[in-house]
Amino acid sequence: MVVLVRRAKEALIHVLLLACALVSVATTLGIIVVLVHQSIPLFREVSLWAFLTGSRWAPLLEPRSFGVLPLVAGTVLIAGGALLIAVPVGLCTSIYLSEYAPGWVRQIGKPFLEILAGVPTVVYGYFALVFITPEVLRRLLPQTEIFNGASASIVVGIMIIPTISSLCDDAFRAVPRSLREAAYAVSATKLEVSTRVVLPAAMSGVVAAVLLALARAIGETMAVVLAAGMTPKLTLNPLESIQTMTAYIVQVSLGDTPPYTVEYHSIFGVGLALFAMTLGVNLLAQRVLRRFREQYE
Amino acid sequence: MSPAAPQFRPRVRWRRLMGRVFQGFCLLAGLISVGVLAVLLIHVAWQGWAYVNWGFLTRPPSQLNPEGGGVRPALLGTLWLMVLTALIAVPTGVGAAVYLEEYTRRNRFVRFVNLNIANLAGVPSIVYGILGLALFVRWLLGSRSLLAGALTMSLLILPVIIIASREALAAVPSSIREAAYAVGATRWQTVRHHVLPAALPGIMTGMILSLSRAIGETAPLIMLGALTFVRFAPGEWSDEHAFTPAGLWMWFTRALDSQFTALPIQIYNWASQPEDVFRQLAAAGILVLLVVLLSMNAVATGIRAWQQRHKLW
Repeated sequence: MVVLVRRAKEALIHVLLLACALVSVATTLGIIVVLVHQSIPLFREVSLWAFLTGSRWAPLLEPRSFGVLPLVAGTVLIAGGALLIAVPVGLCTSIYLSEYAPGWVRQIGKPFLEILAGVPTVVYGYFALVFITPEVLRRLLPQTEIFNGASASIVVGIMIIPTISSLCDDAFRAVPRSLREAAYAVSATKLEVSTRVVLPAAMSGVVAAVLLALARAIGETMAVVLAAGMTPKLTLNPLESIQTMTAYIVQVSLGDTPPYTVEYHSIFGVGLALFAMTLGVNLLAQRVLRRFREQYE
Repeated sequence: MSPAAPQFRPRVRWRRLMGRVFQGFCLLAGLISVGVLAVLLIHVAWQGWAYVNWGFLTRPPSQLNPEGGGVRPALLGTLWLMVLTALIAVPTGVGAAVYLEEYTRRNRFVRFVNLNIANLAGVPSIVYGILGLALFVRWLLGSRSLLAGALTMSLLILPVIIIASREALAAVPSSIREAAYAVGATRWQTVRHHVLPAALPGIMTGMILSLSRAIGETAPLIMLGALTFVRFAPGEWSDEHAFTPAGLWMWFTRALDSQFTALPIQIYNWASQPEDVFRQLAAAGILVLLVVLLSMNAVATGIRAWQQRHKLW
């Protein structure tokens, strides 16, 4: 009898724990179902093709137009600018941490990166709007608009430096010592070991780190909302006000948009495009990362 | 060797010099982050310091008299949100981690769930906000309530908690499990009495770090409509409530159902207004938020240090 009760209890707990694990699967399903289902009314109004290829985004003005390209271009401009800053800085930081830094610097450096990664994005947005634009950009380039893509790019870049340097540091440290020692044995300098032995050996880890950082930059919201403005336009000029996909979604939910109108459904359409972009980048990153792990384990 | 082959020139001095230059360059890159963080903190402190005092913490924000405003509803809203999120996300996340680490072998299902969790960790937070808006606000709960916010935040930090808890569980040596099995413990008894206690410090650290991530999240809450001007904090005590189980339950359910705001929302609200006074209030709000965050990080670091001194195995 006791055994039976105990078995029933064990089975019940097993099921409960399984249910917990399934919550994560349900979340993914929920995201996909909600995004697809709620954007259907939008795609009744505008064809999927016109949505993806249209170059004018004007959901709130007459004549309405739902071409998502300006939003995508804004997102790509800011994410690309952020990578331009974060990849060299993050990569050099991680080379320094893993190859050059003495032990005590590493001990401080890693938690410091964690703190930097933990600063809320709204704080970076404030910093871009109140400090970087007026005190830095407009002093150097007076034609800079109050809301501009460049300041958003800079803070998003700063934001993703910890992601890149932390993951690259892990990748560099996973490179076996024997490779470094073989290079030192034929009298290579530290620079040559770092750039010609360690970096190529850890390349897939570095690529994965950059991709994961890119996904973060694409999905970044608050810094972009505060610093880049709300003007959807196709431009390559980072000193103008632009709008990203995330910023549009925030703009609509800030206004009192009545539910179940086309504007309401348009946030799900844009959300779907955003989700597809980050998912693609993430899947690619995991693929590269898996290959990297197979190399050394 | 043929005499025509170019001679090997070691160029040792040149290479050493380049090495030095490169090292300096890399150190400089590392210092950029330090410098930016320093500038940010100094700027925020300089802008906001004058406003941070007891009154700022205990007064509601005010549109007419901005200087007399404070962060009381936002601070209390953030605390409520964090406690509820922890209550929902930690049991679920640890349960999932226990299942994946202790109850299954590496099969197809586990690989699928792993991939799924890794991808969820990379989904932008605003997408969780969209999910919360459609699922909790419009469909299940029908209101922009505190509970909807806590549920959305729970889904957001669940992958982080699962990943951290799994790492903590995987670090527990299998000899501990085998010893428990050897004296006839069931699987759950082994997990409950031996594996979980041994993994607890690691799980706590992961929990605190993921909650500190959630504290700073703004976008999902904006999606849920937490930007509406709120003067009152959830769970204000009034004379209607009595210190009886029924009275406390009524107080609690009312709090769950009430509108709320949170610190990062309040900061966004102030920062997006062009007047200087609001920007300084935003800086003061940021100071409060950073103090909350840094103290949580300090607790996590403390637990980690304690764990390293009291190694169980």
